[in-house]
Amino acid sequence: MSLLAVDLPYWAQSLLRVLGGTVAVLLPAGTIVYLFLFKMMSFMQSRLGPMEAGPYGSMQLFAEVGKWLQKEDIAPARADLKVFRAAPLVVLMSTFLLVAVVPFGPDAYFTNFDAGVFYMLAVSSISTLGILMAGWSSANKYSLLGGLRAAGQLIAYELPMVLSVLGVVIQAGTMNLQVIVIKQNSDSIFGWNGLGYPYILTQFVAFLVFMISVQAELTQTPFDMPIAESELVSGYMTEYSGFRFLIFFIAEFATAGVFALIASVLFLGGWGIPFSWAGWDPTDLGSIDNWMNFGGPLIMFTKMMVLTALIMWVRFSYPRFREDQLQRFAWKVLIPVSLVNIMITAIFKVAF
Amino acid sequence: MAPLSDTVPPNDTVPPNDTVPPNDTPLALPGDALREGVVTALRAALGEGLIDSLIKPNDDVWVRVSAESWQQAGRVLRDVVGCDYFCFLSAIDWMPSPFGRSEDDPSQPAPERDTAIKQGYTGGETRMQVFARVTNISKHFGVTIKADVADVEPMVATWIPVYAGANWHERECHEMFGIGFHGHPDLRNMYLPTDFEGHPLRKDFPLLARLVKPWPGIVDVEPLPGGDDDEGEA
Amino acid sequence: MPDIADRQKLSYIAAQAADARLNVELETEGMTLNIGPQHPATHGTLRIIVRLDGEQVIWAEPSAGYMHRGYEKLTEVRTFPQVTALVNRIDWLGSFANEVPFILAAEKLMQVEAPPRAQWIRTILFELSRIANVSLFLGDLGVQLGAITPVFMAFRDREYVLNLIESATGGRFHPNFDRIGGLKDDLPAGWITETKQVMKKLRNFCDEIEALLFGNEIFQSRLRGIGVIPAEVAKQYGLSGANLRASGVDWDLRRDQQLPLAYDKVEFKVWTHPDGDSFARCWIRLQETREATLIVDQLLDGIPSGPVMAKVPRIIKVPAGEAWVSTENPLGEMGYYVVSKGDLGPFRVKIRSASFNNISIVPWVLRGVYVPDVISILASLYFILGDIDR
Repeated sequence: MSLLAVDLPYWAQSLLRVLGGTVAVLLPAGTIVYLFLFKMMSFMQSRLGPMEAGPYGSMQLFAEVGKWLQKEDIAPARADLKVFRAAPLVVLMSTFLLVAVVPFGPDAYFTNFDAGVFYMLAVSSISTLGILMAGWSSANKYSLLGGLRAAGQLIAYELPMVLSVLGVVIQAGTMNLQVIVIKQNSDSIFGWNGLGYPYILTQFVAFLVFMISVQAELTQTPFDMPIAESELVSGYMTEYSGFRFLIFFIAEFATAGVFALIASVLFLGGWGIPFSWAGWDPTDLGSIDNWMNFGGPLIMFTKMMVLTALIMWVRFSYPRFREDQLQRFAWKVLIPVSLVNIMITAIFKVAF
Repeated sequence: MAPLSDTVPPNDTVPPNDTVPPNDTPLALPGDALREGVVTALRAALGEGLIDSLIKPNDDVWVRVSAESWQQAGRVLRDVVGCDYFCFLSAIDWMPSPFGRSEDDPSQPAPERDTAIKQGYTGGETRMQVFARVTNISKHFGVTIKADVADVEPMVATWIPVYAGANWHERECHEMFGIGFHGHPDLRNMYLPTDFEGHPLRKDFPLLARLVKPWPGIVDVEPLPGGDDDEGEA
Repeated sequence: MPDIADRQKLSYIAAQAADARLNVELETEGMTLNIGPQHPATHGTLRIIVRLDGEQVIWAEPSAGYMHRGYEKLTEVRTFPQVTALVNRIDWLGSFANEVPFILAAEKLMQVEAPPRAQWIRTILFELSRIANVSLFLGDLGVQLGAITPVFMAFRDREYVLNLIESATGGRFHPNFDRIGGLKDDLPAGWITETKQVMKKLRNFCDEIEALLFGNEIFQSRLRGIGVIPAEVAKQYGLSGANLRASGVDWDLRRDQQLPLAYDKVEFKVWTHPDGDSFARCWIRLQETREATLIVDQLLDGIPSGPVMAKVPRIIKVPAGEAWVSTENPLGEMGYYVVSKGDLGPFRVKIRSASFNNISIVPWVLRGVYVPDVISILASLYFILGDIDR
């Protein structure tokens, strides 16, 4: 198997994949934290944000990482230590597993998984486990409340996510994410293939439901009951400090980035530009130029930034829902809407 | 005048506030007749319980009742006089402080002080008096009511059945003055730790800060600026 | 309105029944949670002990006193002018407003009245302190509910008001400007035009907050119908200010009594709301802030000229007597009962602070609500710790 027409032994390829995976997770996390958390939030709140560390505060993230790393490792005396220590790693692990199935280019992927969508939805719920572990093992009533709220919320919002993605799967006819990308860039809308066929055009409702579910899965405001800073201090994260908190912090923003990547793969056309622009043949992957393996990640990065900006924008503007209102919203509004969307998609798929 | 905000929140039943009279009509201030009516109503209901009263013309009305009729007086004020708004309840310790104004030099013997207990408006016979204020919202007047409490084991009936808000005020009064409230369900300390000894607002309880460190003005006492006829403040 | 109170009562009874049944079946107890004293939600060190059944409160008990400074004892060793400096620190967000009732009570006992110019300026500074206090409330309300952005706008616009107060009195937070018989100083040059511009900015701020927060559906669903306090209960507990007016009681001490302040020379609207829920309390404070800016505009147009201090002796000895004065402070009704024996300082001062009564209703109102509602009800009742604890 060759990568970029260079023959590499298997161990080198695996190493490249591991490195690529780390970069794919950490680079979006870092950029999101700096651009949106430090700068966009600050500008929205009519202040400047960090300006001291590096030009315009660009090194602030490294400063913060350094700060977190050198803190004392404190665990509550009555905490369940094994579970307490494992919880942040479980949450971060789900992010890495999630990014394994995202395609970045015609040959730049970690694995070409036929049941990519299924795998993605399954693996994204591992973070729920991590949050529950953190909440229960902290020996702190606030963490417990946060963990219990998280359990209810995250499970409730898995369903709208699954159902909204099903619409895309029905349209594409496959669960393989790479094929979904290729189809979006090569299909035609009523015979005109100038733009490809990004599924956001027909699956707009599903896109909305997906973004709302992502907001809830990330426990971002308006769905941040599990954290609820003014009530539970930090919810399930209250007892974590130092390196462990850093892992939660990175996991939060990395997962935001990875979900945005997945949303751009499913709805916005992924790494591709419409094939008609470059004259590529959708049935023969080798016809796509090699520079696309570098351009693809860049395009994905841009789309991810746009979607994450949307998530963060909503996060900084809205007050939070109460737990029962949140559940009501998921069960009574989002799930029926996405079910209707599936129905209509299926009908149209058969009709046209 | 800039137009006021007309944004009525959705599905709201806020009535337009046209019932507020514009300010060019003279404010219907309660007259002294109203205040005399208060005293009359109390006398009619309490009889001997109403010991003394004072009406300051165009100002306010004070009444003093006996400790036994404290709760009944509250009821009369709420139901008959119409004072439905509970303002506050507290106590006054009329004994002059044996520490003066806590400016004594600890190295000198304590100066002679007047120890006569002189009560204020509507008089009194005991060292401590419990007092409260209630307001009649619709007629815009208030009544200050006082009652003597015994020097040994001071106790009055609680006002909670009359005004539910008296709960916290009575707790604070008990903590600060040591006055018992008969019938109070939960008379524990409001501000101070449970094991605090003493009643801080009593005059014989010293200001602990001045015991720890004497008044700094002892060392460099300047004479107060002289003259009584100049403008300005001391 | 009866519907909401009935629903609350029913939910409370249901919670009690459910808890009792659970206790019998599973032999569970409620979970006791300490909210505070160090907590982002309480405005200072207030500790509320709640007993929870899941997410529902069975009973709640505030435990104040972490900031008790013994003001009433301290006033007994101060001279009358020194009490002003002391009393600034009770409600530290709108601190000029704390001085005014005490000064008015002392003036009542001395039977001296401040000259008209002093009265007008006093009223203007009083309203400015109201604006400073309540604009912070509006920003903080968002934070309690999760919207982290409005608080920065509140602080930014509040800076203008604090700068005004500083240029007139010398202190942003603790002006210590009121004196028996008038004020310490006259206004600086250019203050009136500056204040008019700042009032325009604050009206913009109120509009911004109204659009950003009050128009938001999530905000409304978090606050409407929560923490309903009927008018009768409010009056019994002595709730005052916006809390009382939100329950439909039309009582405003600026309009309803005759004090030597300039309120009878201006026209203003007293806002009430029939619902008595958290939303009503917050909404009324928003309207009152805007109203305060309009009052200040009217007052600025008509300040009379003249001295700012009446003829009072240098050493102030207030004649013997008792006086009670209360005013419509930003937090509610604040009053001082001053007992004087003809000395340099007061004999006894009873400080009736608004937040003490406002928080005494917390055990009553927090039965049967959810934990997030505890935070939002406390936020809507709006207290300052210095006001509760004195």
